[in-house]
Amino acid sequence: MDTANDKPRLVLIGNGMAGMRTVEELLKLKPDMYDITVFGAEPWGNYNRIMLSPVLASEKTVDEIMLNDDAWYAERGITLHKGKRIERIDRVNRRVIAEDGTEAPYDRLLLATGSDPVMIPVPGHELEGVVAFRDIHDVDAMLAASRAHRHAVVIGGGLLGLEAANGLMRQGMEVTVVHLMDHLMERQLDAEAAGMLRGSLEQRGMRFRMAHQTETILGEDRVTGVRFTDGSEVDADLVVMAVGIRPNTALAESAGLHCERGVVVNDTMQTYDPSIYAVGECVQHRGATYGLVAPLWEQAKVCANHLAEYGIGRYEGSMTSTKLKVTGIDLFSAGDFTGDETTEDLVFKDAARGVYKRLVLKDNRIQGAVLYGDTLDGSWYFQLMRDATPVADIRENLLFGQAHIGDSGHGDEASRVAAMPDEAEICGCNGVCKGEIVQAISEHKLFTLEDVRAHTKASNSCGSCTGLVESVLATTLGGDYSDAPAKKPVCACTDHSHDEVRAAISRDGLKTMDAVFEALDWKTPNGCHVCRPALNYYLLAAWPKDYQDDAQSRFINERAHGNIQKDGTYSVVPRIWGGVTTPAELRAIAEVAERYQVPTVKFTGGQRIDLLGVKKPDLPAMWRDLGAAGFVSGHAYGKALRTVKTCVGSEWCRFGTQDSTGLGIQLERMTWGSWTPHKFKMAVSGCPRNCAEATIKDLGVVCVDSGYELHVGGNGGVKVRATDFLCKVETETEVLEYAGAFMQFYREDARYLERTAPWIERVGLTRVKERLVDDAENRAALYARFLESQEVAQVDPWAERAAGHAAHEFIPITPVDAAPRQGVSA
Amino acid sequence: MSWLAICPLEDIPPLGARVVAGPNGDIAVFRTADDRVFALRDQCPHKGGPLSQGIVHGERVTCPLHNWVIDLQSGEATGADSGCTHAFPIRVTDGQVWLDLSGATANSADDPSAVPVACREAG
Repeated sequence: MDTANDKPRLVLIGNGMAGMRTVEELLKLKPDMYDITVFGAEPWGNYNRIMLSPVLASEKTVDEIMLNDDAWYAERGITLHKGKRIERIDRVNRRVIAEDGTEAPYDRLLLATGSDPVMIPVPGHELEGVVAFRDIHDVDAMLAASRAHRHAVVIGGGLLGLEAANGLMRQGMEVTVVHLMDHLMERQLDAEAAGMLRGSLEQRGMRFRMAHQTETILGEDRVTGVRFTDGSEVDADLVVMAVGIRPNTALAESAGLHCERGVVVNDTMQTYDPSIYAVGECVQHRGATYGLVAPLWEQAKVCANHLAEYGIGRYEGSMTSTKLKVTGIDLFSAGDFTGDETTEDLVFKDAARGVYKRLVLKDNRIQGAVLYGDTLDGSWYFQLMRDATPVADIRENLLFGQAHIGDSGHGDEASRVAAMPDEAEICGCNGVCKGEIVQAISEHKLFTLEDVRAHTKASNSCGSCTGLVESVLATTLGGDYSDAPAKKPVCACTDHSHDEVRAAISRDGLKTMDAVFEALDWKTPNGCHVCRPALNYYLLAAWPKDYQDDAQSRFINERAHGNIQKDGTYSVVPRIWGGVTTPAELRAIAEVAERYQVPTVKFTGGQRIDLLGVKKPDLPAMWRDLGAAGFVSGHAYGKALRTVKTCVGSEWCRFGTQDSTGLGIQLERMTWGSWTPHKFKMAVSGCPRNCAEATIKDLGVVCVDSGYELHVGGNGGVKVRATDFLCKVETETEVLEYAGAFMQFYREDARYLERTAPWIERVGLTRVKERLVDDAENRAALYARFLESQEVAQVDPWAERAAGHAAHEFIPITPVDAAPRQGVSA
Repeated sequence: MSWLAICPLEDIPPLGARVVAGPNGDIAVFRTADDRVFALRDQCPHKGGPLSQGIVHGERVTCPLHNWVIDLQSGEATGADSGCTHAFPIRVTDGQVWLDLSGATANSADDPSAVPVACREAG
């Protein structure tokens, strides 16, 4: 097969999910790099194998689970050979040969031959009516049998076996599940959860033969029954073998590629032959083989990256989680839950509600999780597990779920996602209903949260419904859905995570954005609206005195120093120190508001005044007038120190224990102008009545008679979270030091756009205490770095612009009538 | 075609934009990192957000209101979004930026030598 051009040839053997996902990832990176040929042994296009269970249960049709039809391949110039099994790989001449003689030469070969079901070689296993549960062909055979026959036996009480049994039962068959072990799904469930699962399935009419070993499959031509080693028998017109899968390595082995249990690959998904890659269930990576879909996605991404010759991704193995795709049964399992003398168990059981949760902790981290009946928090536990987040601080509420870790916003709704009607609104920002999301998922074959966001906008704004959207995705896709990859890149421009980028900036002394792009192999010439603001912040935080802030990498609010409104006007919020003002200041604000015809004047929640609806060209002059009255920018638009809210304190209040107002003003004077990963709010309350609501701020001070309590990590917005108590100090000087040190630690440690609340939940309060409270030297160093950065940060951006800085930002161009060059008239 | 002298190229910041007052509303004039210029009606096809205020990256701009990403060449929304804003012919000669606003008042087919105008709008 000659190609008409000089492009290198990529041949894919295996038209399944892993191989085609790799091709799709490759097309995203370099759509025209290869001349691509795909061989598939099955006679149809690429389909979603994980959805075979719903097809068997008649919850979906075969058409619905097709991923790519013939037209898809044609549109992308991909040659597809359906129903052609490759018989031989000729590595010397770099070509593959199919059973029917079709040949294709390759420069790069991608093996994605998947796995084969294990058929136990007991007598009778070749009788008619004995099938595996692996492909559309098997499902067709099972559906046909269910129409003509009554008794089914499923051998294997694992994930696949139970899904098959459930499907057959839904087709009206009487189903007996035979399992070698004495409890179901022993690789995913402990005995307790397995018992509850069995009880629930028995209630639905499924029968079980536990601890039974099959001796013979009975029958002449067609199967009639199964006999066990204990001599007992059961009738059967259909026997489904679902005892496991085995990586399909036959082709690779015959070509002399190194195989063990699977085709052995390195971290770049390359086999022992450098021109041959392999992905999916056929591979063995660092000793592990995988049969779930999430690891395949990660492998596909890495492999595509190397096929595109970017050469930067590494696959480091996957931690997997499992959910059972049986409607009405919620079951989640992840990690290692066997436990030993070095582990601890947290167990919750409510038999009447059918809920069981067990977390296995080791070294203060989650090592394994089994959830039955209430799996809402499965993805949260899984995330904690993968991030190796210390859980000591949240341990007392851990089993009750994320909703009980300070979140009073959405937890309760999420538990009802599956039962929600289609018209239920999921995303309140963008008005997206459950039905729209479900439809988009099936119509556009979406698999990830990012896909759903792109297509529906759900959870694309404030993000508070992310958990709900993930639940919808999980219930729609079924069990193998796994939320995010273990390592999340900053954006599509890079494969590096926030933490990696940050580490590289300090370690390699990268001081410009271009240096970051080059050192970290950015895929785009100048980033995008997601990564550039993040990089700008990281560079600024790392090199406060060396880095030249890049206005074009800031979101418009921080570039124009006002908040953009829906009609393109801006809002102006002058800083009002500690919320204390004077008649003269109020008069000045009133005059400015009238002079510039400000349509709306409003008090903010942060004890300041918001002038809304200002036309952009008016901003510099307004700032000049406000500046003349002593005002500076309130940074109400920035990922920066916002306000310090105060109550009146001991100066006026009969309950006040300290001068909360004065302390608030001191804090605001010290911290204003500092850029932070996300907005940063403070408050000082004069007594434990806490009128300044200090316990929902990023840093809150609650004055008591004997000193000052410091509270951190609160949030009153998207997700309400009360602060954690950090420590108590005795003097105002100490408050300032702790506040500065805390802000600096947050500035240096949190990811861009991560508020203090999720940051502390991620890294653990203990870590913050260790660095700030227990280690006086480190606290002093953090405080010193904060003050050093403030030396250059405390320049009023409004005064600069009122004096003419960055005038191009504010003044439109007036075109000159067809005249030759006259420059700008402004 | 009727080319209007707009401004020297250096008056538009690289990876930035300026606003030009057109006869039927604002026009956003963009400059890429490699000094190419593009002109779009300053209205996102989504909710009319001012594209001139967005972050410019590659040959695209991200709307400041809801992060739609608009192709500077065609004015079309990228990714899963769909919609289009009017693109105007624009060019640079000897460091001077020229804009053709004839399409701002009439939907003419335009000079084929100019930057292609991929989508039209009424009025």
